[in-house]
Amino acid sequence: MNMLSRKAMDRLFTFFCIASTALAIIPLGSMLYTIFVKGFSVISIDFLTKLPTPAREAGGGFGNAIQGSFIVVGIASIIGIPLGIGAGMYLAEFPNSRLSRIVSFTADVLTGVPSIITGIFAYLLIVLRFGGFSALAGGVALATMMIPFIVRTTEEAMKLVPAELREASLALGAPRWKTSLAVVLSTARFGIITGVLLTIARIAGETAPLLFTAFNNRFWFDGVMNPVATLPVMIYTYAISPFEDWHAQAWGSALVLVAMILVLNIGIKLAAGRRW
Amino acid sequence: MKLRVPSFSILNGKSWKFTHDTLFQIFLGVISIISVIVLAALLLRELIKGSWPALSTFGLEFLFSTAWNPVTGEFGALPFIYGTIVSSMLALLIGVPLSLGIAVYLTEIASSRVRAILSPVVELLAAIPSVIIGLWGIFVLAPFVREHLAPPLMNYLGFLPLFKGPAYGYSVLTAGLVLAIMIIPIISSVSREAILAVPSLQKEGALALGATRFETIISVVLPYAKGAIFGAVMLGLGRAIGETMAVTMVIGNNPQIFTSLLHPGYTMAAVIANEFTEATDDVYLAALIEIGLVLFAISMVVNIIARVITWKYLKLEEGLS
Amino acid sequence: MGNKIEVLDLNAGFGSTHVLKNISINIPKNRVTAIIGPSGCGKSTFVRCLNRIHELVPSAWVNGRVLLDGKNIYDSDVDPVDIRRRVGMVFQKPNPFPAMSIYDNIAYGPKIHGMKAKLDEIVEDSLRKAALWDEVKHRLKDSPLSLSGGQQQRLCIARALAVEPEVILFDEPCSALDPVATAKIEDLILELKENYTIVIVTHNMQQAARIADFTAFFLMGELIEYGETAQIFENPRDKRTEDYITGRFG
Repeated sequence: MNMLSRKAMDRLFTFFCIASTALAIIPLGSMLYTIFVKGFSVISIDFLTKLPTPAREAGGGFGNAIQGSFIVVGIASIIGIPLGIGAGMYLAEFPNSRLSRIVSFTADVLTGVPSIITGIFAYLLIVLRFGGFSALAGGVALATMMIPFIVRTTEEAMKLVPAELREASLALGAPRWKTSLAVVLSTARFGIITGVLLTIARIAGETAPLLFTAFNNRFWFDGVMNPVATLPVMIYTYAISPFEDWHAQAWGSALVLVAMILVLNIGIKLAAGRRW
Repeated sequence: MKLRVPSFSILNGKSWKFTHDTLFQIFLGVISIISVIVLAALLLRELIKGSWPALSTFGLEFLFSTAWNPVTGEFGALPFIYGTIVSSMLALLIGVPLSLGIAVYLTEIASSRVRAILSPVVELLAAIPSVIIGLWGIFVLAPFVREHLAPPLMNYLGFLPLFKGPAYGYSVLTAGLVLAIMIIPIISSVSREAILAVPSLQKEGALALGATRFETIISVVLPYAKGAIFGAVMLGLGRAIGETMAVTMVIGNNPQIFTSLLHPGYTMAAVIANEFTEATDDVYLAALIEIGLVLFAISMVVNIIARVITWKYLKLEEGLS
Repeated sequence: MGNKIEVLDLNAGFGSTHVLKNISINIPKNRVTAIIGPSGCGKSTFVRCLNRIHELVPSAWVNGRVLLDGKNIYDSDVDPVDIRRRVGMVFQKPNPFPAMSIYDNIAYGPKIHGMKAKLDEIVEDSLRKAALWDEVKHRLKDSPLSLSGGQQQRLCIARALAVEPEVILFDEPCSALDPVATAKIEDLILELKENYTIVIVTHNMQQAARIADFTAFFLMGELIEYGETAQIFENPRDKRTEDYITGRFG
């Protein structure tokens, strides 16, 4: 090949790489732009605090879905965070045991479980056994998604603690469990908190696990054993409905959900970059 | 350097002393068994138990039958398996070259300032919930495909069965595009790490022979990183196979097998999302759960392959240094 | 005996770090020129400026002139890719391409430069010149990682020879090798100077004394002294050179 065509290939390749990056950013820009433009006009105090109204009836809001999302994510966190952190600590503290290897592998495999499967699981485990859709079932489905991520993030954060620090504590005569809790866990706490918050940001937007667990509700939260509305399910229901005004409200709640998730994400990453 | 944390195994210890430390290990061990192993076992048990009525009624034929008629009680998973495979492959076909282009751009071409701005932007795409991408898919991408993308494809490539009209906005093609968008962040970020891990001596070795940047990347950098890149592609594939909401919202949800990508289709995840709450009789519900079991099995296989490959690749790298 | 390379007022560095300061030096054709000096003195940066590899590091900068056969390689009409073909380089650590076979490692350069005819001949010839042919002729399809460190380094020399360079830069080529492998590389360099101009960076003064016709002593980015090797080692003119070669610092 002569030098000219080699150079041309080089240029073409550079152009391809730049174009790829642009092609990935265009959909993101289009999404954020559309959500902002279509969603902003819908947002009002009423929208954020009121119950939904039937189609073609003015007013109404997504207040119950916002409340419901917090409740379901809260239930998932109560179940998932302690279990995930405990298992992550075990992996970091006893990495050479046979149990560790099995737990580690299984946790990795669980991170790949499709989200809809966790929904089926919670349906069979909770909905069928307790006779109905419920906030609890939604929480269990999300917790199933959460646990493997929290296990990984805890393990990684604790393994970043220098061995000298651990040895220093052991050398002072502190027992292992005290060293783990007082030195390792507390040194790693910022990393663990970052990981937990990122996991929460990730599951807060999940829809598939909630479709037939938390289900939906046009009223306010009414106890953990009853169905509850959540933002993602509400957006889905409204988006596939035939009504124009529901479409508009779907964009409004999309703006609310995306804003919450992006603020959480960017906030955590900025804070992590600066201090942690 | 590798840090070795001393392991205090209760079984290896010479004297069996029931101290606070053994208690601590047992406590954490029990938590990890409950939260990971019991969870995984329970998941598998519930899925098998739930799909049993369908498993025992239809047997293996379930996987190869194209009938899906809840009214007459005929259930076959083939249209959904087909739709899942075709839409995922399409996503890889579009997403992998773009992801590699992005990875190369952000590691080898962009200035450090551009990189610092663009890398988080690409990763931001991963943070957008799937239902939001689906919403955008319904109102922005599907109309775009119907009006601007499908007509030229039909005009120029219409002789291929893959691009036969008429064109629908809600189609396998639209689903493939949405999935490509969704797998780009993971594939490009793992590939970026793989490319960054290529020693600069390797690159300089090629450049010092008078290779251009393109030649260096194609013949030295990418081959060196190919193991990890393949792992990244498998991770992306796993994600595409299991993706539910965005696909459900744009694929058209039609349980038939069309060769044309411009026609609607259906995936395993989508049929579960769509029909689960409508499944009134036991066999219908069990059939949906069995589709879930098949989906679970396929994604587990893909994920385990991804993991094993990544592990192998890491070994290779240790051998080199 | 003419000069193959003439360096005039070369300055180079990274960002705000000034690594090379006003280097001017003539490198004679078909001779071995050694660059010695303590670590961090800019030896490696210097040779990396001779084939325009230095500028590939982000934030790196260069100014001054480097004349190759009288033509400044930093002129705007000069293609760095072409310079790198004419000025080959062998690195500190052997860096064979692991995804290619031994044969393909050698054939890679000729292929990209369009020398597709007689590839087998070029490969055999390059391996013979690098004194590696007999050791690998039956395993050309094997991975280069199956070779020992010294063999890998000779493979890298053969790879550099295959693109028919005029100059070969060696950047501490033996620092990762044992004494036996080192001796083989040194013998090879002495043979190669018949046909090539050679510049070798080394921190090993015995090595410079053994193989170099000319030696340049660098200290803190400056060229302190340059002359025939015997003169530098036996009769240094500068106090700092004397201190260095008698082991008082570095």
